[in-house]
Amino acid sequence: MPETMTSANAAAGGEAVAAGPPSGRRVGKLAIARLRDLALVPAIVLIAIVGQIINSVFLQPDNLINIAQTMSEIALLVLAQTIVLVAGKMDLSLESTFGLAPGVAAWLTVAVGAGHGTGLLSGAWSIPITLLVGALIGIANAALIVRFGLHGFIVTLGMLIVLRGLLTGISGGQTFFNLPESMMYLGTAVWLGVPASIWICLALFAAGIVLLGYTGFGRSLYAIGGNVDAAKAAGIRTDRVLWAALIIASVLAALGGLLLSGRLASVAASQGNGAIFTVFAAAVIGGVSLNGGKGTMFGAFTGILLLFMIQNVLTLAGVPAQWIGALNGAIILVALVVSRITGGKAHE
Amino acid sequence: MNGSGQSSPRSSPARNGDGRARSGPPVAEAIDISKRYGSTVALDQARISVLSGETHALVGRNGAGKSTLVSILTGLQAADAGQIRFAGADAPRLSDRDAWRQRVACVYQKSTIIPELTVAENLLLNRYDRGRSGLINWRALRQRARELLALWSVDVDVDSRAGDLSVEQRQFVEIARALSFGARFIVLDEPTAQLDAAAIARLFDHIRDLQQQGVTFLFISHHLQEIYEICDVVTVFRDARHIITAPVAGLPRNDLVAAMTGEAAALRAAPTRTAPAGPVEVVLEVSQLGMNGSYADVSFQVRSGEIVGLAGAGGSGRTAVAESVVGLRAPDTGTVTVGGHRPRPGDVSAALAAGVGFVPQDRHHQGLVPGMSIADNATLTIPDRLGRAGFLSAHRRDAVANRLIDDLAIKTPGPDLQVSGLSGGNQQKVVMARALANDPRVLVLVTPTAGVDVRSKEFLLNKVDEVADAGTGVLVASDELDDLRICDRVLVMFQGRIVAEMPTGWRDHDLVAAMEGLTVDA
Repeated sequence: MPETMTSANAAAGGEAVAAGPPSGRRVGKLAIARLRDLALVPAIVLIAIVGQIINSVFLQPDNLINIAQTMSEIALLVLAQTIVLVAGKMDLSLESTFGLAPGVAAWLTVAVGAGHGTGLLSGAWSIPITLLVGALIGIANAALIVRFGLHGFIVTLGMLIVLRGLLTGISGGQTFFNLPESMMYLGTAVWLGVPASIWICLALFAAGIVLLGYTGFGRSLYAIGGNVDAAKAAGIRTDRVLWAALIIASVLAALGGLLLSGRLASVAASQGNGAIFTVFAAAVIGGVSLNGGKGTMFGAFTGILLLFMIQNVLTLAGVPAQWIGALNGAIILVALVVSRITGGKAHE
Repeated sequence: MNGSGQSSPRSSPARNGDGRARSGPPVAEAIDISKRYGSTVALDQARISVLSGETHALVGRNGAGKSTLVSILTGLQAADAGQIRFAGADAPRLSDRDAWRQRVACVYQKSTIIPELTVAENLLLNRYDRGRSGLINWRALRQRARELLALWSVDVDVDSRAGDLSVEQRQFVEIARALSFGARFIVLDEPTAQLDAAAIARLFDHIRDLQQQGVTFLFISHHLQEIYEICDVVTVFRDARHIITAPVAGLPRNDLVAAMTGEAAALRAAPTRTAPAGPVEVVLEVSQLGMNGSYADVSFQVRSGEIVGLAGAGGSGRTAVAESVVGLRAPDTGTVTVGGHRPRPGDVSAALAAGVGFVPQDRHHQGLVPGMSIADNATLTIPDRLGRAGFLSAHRRDAVANRLIDDLAIKTPGPDLQVSGLSGGNQQKVVMARALANDPRVLVLVTPTAGVDVRSKEFLLNKVDEVADAGTGVLVASDELDDLRICDRVLVMFQGRIVAEMPTGWRDHDLVAAMEGLTVDA
């Protein structure tokens, strides 16, 4: 409402009353805020150099595409989680949605005889069903968290267990094979020499950067995560925004699961199991606060990229597979300490 | 504005008899407002009428109904009965937030900014500039924010993180935001509670400026001095009712206090303390204490039974010195000796063990755990007295708590009530109870009566007096004259050093001048 300013009867009143100590460093602060966004870039460059020294395969296009493709599915979970975290909530159930959504699609479309498929619907339905299941899970989460005011952590923890159980139930604990063609497409297609899932992942992150940085919806996520009362007072429909955030997150998780199922040409009963810890680690390393209102999509992206690059370097260095888990955990801890030092502030 | 203002006979300004000739209907008016919460009557036929351009004070003890009136007046909740009118017209529907924002705004004690976002975004939250693509145009937004702050003479960088602002800057930003919605009637809810003297002076300058520009203020404060300084008219609420509305100039202080308390109680008489005579044990000795960037070369002694004031404006180092004594900060040089022991610097539990009791600066932040009961809060410092080997005896805890509740006259149904359910004055008493729970030899108080109503304040200060008479040495770090009046002597700090020492009986003017760094020569 710019007109309220010009109509103010007071334009003449304006000798500057000093509001406290003069605020210098006008340029500095903004620049630092931007820099924080790039905090992980030096680490990524460093890992790239180390990787190249360890094994000259590292910077080969094939290897880079390999890294990008293996991370693309989990990266969608990070994208989804970042949206929810910025709004001051958390969604643990994303990892189960990641498995259950394509699982239900496979259950309904895979022909009878091959595993637990029912063959009720034709293969063309698989993608809509996947996304629909994602949306329904998001609605269920939002209803419990927003409508009934339950704590997001517990709700989504319960949901994580329920959804995992559902997938085990419909699949009989086994893996769905012989997926319909449409389910395989996104995970296997190659566009312009690069796997489609990489394109999709990059495009969605670009959209996420715009969404969080340049749209009213995105900014209301920050406002709600930062101070929900202030957001309400500013006229933001906080409940509606949270509903949307939770549903979008679940749909993104479903899409991520679809990409992975396509690439592996199967849906395992354990698909996504345990992924949520990597997701949280990536988001926090990337500067997203668990308390909400803080962090950027680009930062989250650098977080997951860094983790997958390190894993790749470890594999190339010939670290035995049995030890990768322990190292992964240690790396997450080290990365947190490093980002704490470079970020200068405590993770909240 | 939908100016279908049929002026009812009630809305005549003359009704309040404030004697000020102002034209037009009141900017804001509450008529016979009643509000109940369950069985509690929060407001009973309360009324207030604020005329254009005046600065109107609303005072009353905690629980008098001020907060309820503010939330009804700003459209956050509906009254059970009664009417709100703005400029003679009925108030908008509650759901129409925009319409309310154009009429009235409130700067609450609790910040309504979002700390992680920039000042610019906070100012224009949900009112973004958009480019042709529908995306937010940050450059235009920052520019608009800059113009807005310049228009209302607020010197704050729009690109800084809002969480980095001082309390004072934050308030200015919130006022500017309120004005930007078109509201010219602003409620300030205890704006000075967290400000030091210099910042209060700047705030008042700013208020006067805005008043010149036609902005009307409703000013809520516990500090009667401020009301006399800045307000034209004062309305007193007591026990959910309107008691009196009168021009400030024509209302003597004692009458104002009487209206608030319902008794013809005179303000606290001149202190009758007698400093402990003769050689008495030194319970606290601070020697050559220094901390980089905060204070330097601070030395003083507190004897048993003595109350020593540590005065100074915000940033003078008084709070830092007090916090160093109790171990919240570790000084770089010098020593603190408590009753012959030297607790390890920067170690609170060592200081407590040496016999220090502490009332911290901000009860919400350091003083209380809001979700815990009175009993738990009051005994937080003395778990070892409540049982053996780390186990706590609930029985013993409640016994201790009940003793403290009686001792400090905390108004509560029992020790199990959560402290968040208490009024500000009673919360502060719980903090005091905690400080006294370990029978300290040295009691350190930092702004012990901030944000506390008149009665509780008097009670707390009397308590301090009593504690000192029982032989405890007391150190009061504050810039509040009432806190310092109970002291046997006051050490004045300015820019990190002790610059003056004044025995009891000082004149307000001299002390304030010393705190502001002006040379005192009477």
